[in-house]
Amino acid sequence: MSEPLLQAINLQCERDQRELFRDLSFSILPATVTRVEGANGSGKTTLLRILAGLSDAWAGQLLWCGKPRARMRESFLRNVLYLGHRPGIKPLLSPLENLRALMAGRRPITDKVLTQALTRTGLAGYEQVPCQNLSAGQQRRVALARLLVADEPLWLLDEVFTAIDASGVAAIENLLQERAAEGGAVVFTTHHNVQIAGTKRLVLTPRAVGYDD
Amino acid sequence: MIKPLDQAVGSVEAMKAVFARDMKVAFRQRQDLLNPLLFFTMVVTLFPLGVSPEISFLQEAGAGILWVAALLSVLLSLDHLFRHDFDDGTLEQLVLQPQPLFLLVLAKTMAHWVLTGLPLVLLAPVLGVMVHLDGNSIAILCLTLLMGTPVLSLIGAIGAALTLGLRSAGVLLSLLIIPLYIPVLIFGTGTVAAATEGAPVGAYLALLGAFLALALTLAPFASAAALKVSLSNS
Repeated sequence: MSEPLLQAINLQCERDQRELFRDLSFSILPATVTRVEGANGSGKTTLLRILAGLSDAWAGQLLWCGKPRARMRESFLRNVLYLGHRPGIKPLLSPLENLRALMAGRRPITDKVLTQALTRTGLAGYEQVPCQNLSAGQQRRVALARLLVADEPLWLLDEVFTAIDASGVAAIENLLQERAAEGGAVVFTTHHNVQIAGTKRLVLTPRAVGYDD
Repeated sequence: MIKPLDQAVGSVEAMKAVFARDMKVAFRQRQDLLNPLLFFTMVVTLFPLGVSPEISFLQEAGAGILWVAALLSVLLSLDHLFRHDFDDGTLEQLVLQPQPLFLLVLAKTMAHWVLTGLPLVLLAPVLGVMVHLDGNSIAILCLTLLMGTPVLSLIGAIGAALTLGLRSAGVLLSLLIIPLYIPVLIFGTGTVAAATEGAPVGAYLALLGAFLALALTLAPFASAAALKVSLSNS
């Protein structure tokens, strides 16, 4: 059994005086796909933000590769890719410029590779168009193009299927499956009907939390 | 097999990338760059019309008018410093970069200064001539603005980061930041006043330099911490 990348022990979160979850313990292992499920407002986004290190409103323990995450900040951030509701795309910049800026702090990468990634997401010919002129789904695809060049072992994807068409959803399903086969870990939330073989489910229900394979 | 990675891009490279992106975005929206300059010019132009066009009055009050106008136009531009990044999600990605956040915030703040403070410094001599300042006073005024406006951007970034989660942050931002701007304003105008009287200005400039050094080394830490708090609550 390989060592878990991220381990949550007795995670607890309260928001606006409402308890979202308590005593939530789970491990994210390499080569797994985990789907966080729950009704609207059950805390899926909050959980992902906590895992990504964006939210401090939690109690419990988070271990990164077996050590407390707070002490591993740089290593943790280098190894985690988070895509949130807001895609992180500047409307005034072109897809290529956006991708270049997002990758700049991660690893050196050539424009050729980035252009290929954009082509694979169906944005060929749009490389130089300002993102504000693209449709919502196309903007989403710019953010998703990052997944094609990402080398981070852990991906936290919040509602990535929003505004994506059917063929795009299938492509992302394939990508996540391939990613898991290569040894990467993926945690995602979605309201779409997504079928990825071997998906673990992490169900958030108010006051009762279950985790099963 | 995918293994945890250790090496990230160096901090300096990452700072350059943040700076370059902010510049690029700003130049795609050139009309916004003119706003602080326009405000600066308008305020300075309205004083002779509204108060008195007397040369003696303008010579005496000119440096103060220019400094107050510069301070207010920097203040007006502060809300945009993180707001757009916050709305489109690039700020989240910035916070999640492996490099120290205070350095990335410093890069953003420097971009803000180059886009608002520096143009004000470059425009100041023209407006200085308009309010009948002599050559020596104008030179000193520009020097104080050159040292003072980065302090305004750096301190302002703390306030901008703190008020990020609020819908209408303008008033609170001003209330938070103006008290911290006052020392810079006092020593900025004091330097020019001393120069006009022919007194030595070395001590004043040293104090402004101390403000700059202090702001440069401490403010980015405060801004970075404030950003994390604001994002955590959003």
